[in-house]
Amino acid sequence: MKIKFKRPRALRDIPTHYCPGCGHGIIHRLVAEIVEELNIRERTIGIAPVGCAVLAYDYWDFDCSEAAHGRVLAVATGIKRCRPDCVVFTYQGDGDLAAIGTAETIHAANRAENLTCIFVNNAVYGMTGGQMAPTTVVGQKTTTTPSGRDPHRGEGYPLRIIEMLALLKGVVYADRVCVASPSDVVSAKKAIKQAFVNQIEGKGFSIVEVLSQCPTIWRMLPENAVKWVKEEMVKFYPLGRIK
Amino acid sequence: MRALKFMRKQSQRKRNRVLITGNEAIGEAAIKAGCYFYAGYPITPQNELTAYMAKKMHEENRVFIQAESELAAVNMVFGASAAGMRAMTSSSSPGISLKQEGISYLAGCQLPAVIVNVMRGGPGLGNIGPSQSDYFQATKGGGHGDYRLIVLAPSSVQESFDLTFLAFDLADKYRNPVMILSDAFLGQMAESAVIKSQERSIKNLKVKKDWILSGAKKRKPNIIRSLLLEEGALEKHNVLLQRKYKEIEKKEVRYEEINTEDAEIIFVAYGISFRIAKEAAHLLPMNVGIFRPITLWPFPYDALRRISNKRKVFVFELSAGQMLEDVCLSVGDRDKVFFYGRTGGEIFNEKELANFVLSKL
Repeated sequence: MKIKFKRPRALRDIPTHYCPGCGHGIIHRLVAEIVEELNIRERTIGIAPVGCAVLAYDYWDFDCSEAAHGRVLAVATGIKRCRPDCVVFTYQGDGDLAAIGTAETIHAANRAENLTCIFVNNAVYGMTGGQMAPTTVVGQKTTTTPSGRDPHRGEGYPLRIIEMLALLKGVVYADRVCVASPSDVVSAKKAIKQAFVNQIEGKGFSIVEVLSQCPTIWRMLPENAVKWVKEEMVKFYPLGRIK
Repeated sequence: MRALKFMRKQSQRKRNRVLITGNEAIGEAAIKAGCYFYAGYPITPQNELTAYMAKKMHEENRVFIQAESELAAVNMVFGASAAGMRAMTSSSSPGISLKQEGISYLAGCQLPAVIVNVMRGGPGLGNIGPSQSDYFQATKGGGHGDYRLIVLAPSSVQESFDLTFLAFDLADKYRNPVMILSDAFLGQMAESAVIKSQERSIKNLKVKKDWILSGAKKRKPNIIRSLLLEEGALEKHNVLLQRKYKEIEKKEVRYEEINTEDAEIIFVAYGISFRIAKEAAHLLPMNVGIFRPITLWPFPYDALRRISNKRKVFVFELSAGQMLEDVCLSVGDRDKVFFYGRTGGEIFNEKELANFVLSKL
């Protein structure tokens, strides 16, 4: 009997702390599958952010580091420059990458660091209970925008950071995907794999933004959360390759 | 005393005497110590060090990065250290404040690193004059959490070299960040110094560390983390850290004493203040002993307690009195301790110190 589907070697056989319907579990698995398919588990180094994915290193079965909030790409830079033969990737949320770590993000990209950046955008700060993120969409209610994000009240606009990054010469690949349906997951895997392959081929900075559902904080049933990604979130964050 | 023995041993090695600034001596020592990674951000008065590293690291085929901020620089060092390489960052007071977050993470994750603070006047943006007002920050924490840095305070260009070389060994030995506490004066002045020819080979350094991130080949994955959420786990980790700090306190105390046995009064000063205090001692009619902490943490409490025995103690610092508190803890009797300091990037001269002493006798 041939085994068609199994847990990838790079994913540990333990339950995660993620809420039901959360996108992180899917994205973690995609990373693990890609690491296995590219046969790079023994030279992969992942860097977990501060945020919901802070414990990502408990779920992957390869070398990992933590990083201070927002400093993930600085830590990754230090590791990759010292271990150019390793495949180094960051896994970051929207608060980490696009608010507190904006400087680190822009400058790692601008230095054309040969890194893979997986940017999980769920439009809120999940771990801290649902505050406004830089990517919170206009009108979206959070604990710090109780009547909905209003740019005219000084709460800013949703930040399309990968469009900004795509302007930089150091960025070779910028793509936006989601994990709201099986076919979306297939596209997401393709994009993330490309970002890994780019690094292995020494091409420079690759970033994949993954729109991810957060039913708990969004106060939605999981099925409504994936619908919200496809119907509302994509209005601000159109899917597809930018660069 | 350890540092002196260390220096003497070094001077027996092949001599290579050069005229060099304190900042550059720190850079050269880092190169010789096998520092593979340096990240920095411009700030006066430590720019010579960054420039030196930019040139030398490139020549040596190692990594130099001018980071986008001090935050990024110290976190790049975090990554380089996690990857198993000797790594250094440098800055001056306001920049060191920015690095505190990263320093706390380095300490929490038990990552070796060397952090250089070429102190300038504060608080705030302050000025670029020499100061010793970051003593509290360096020795009492600085960042969040229960942790300690090993803090080495050179008082000459020679020692800027020697202690930086030592700093890398101590950092690796204890898996702990080590700070070199210099100042604008020491960093910018040039003196002749012996640059030892001995070098630490980068290749040999790598193999000793089994905790590093290098890819989980034929071993279990390594994880660098300070996040410990399970009940009791963080306390257990902190107890381990404290045990390590106790060991450092036992083994790594370094100081210099001059003429302390016959002295009528004792001066206590470190860094550039020690140099001026030494001159002031010559101007006074009595026997003056001088005590100079080389490790500001661990502070040489016991040695100073022993030496100060019933004598008046004069503390000189370019601050409003920071090391003073540790001196008082050592001496016990606050009434016997006299303090003279200047702040805000101003410096005292030997006559000023001598007159102060005479006014208190």
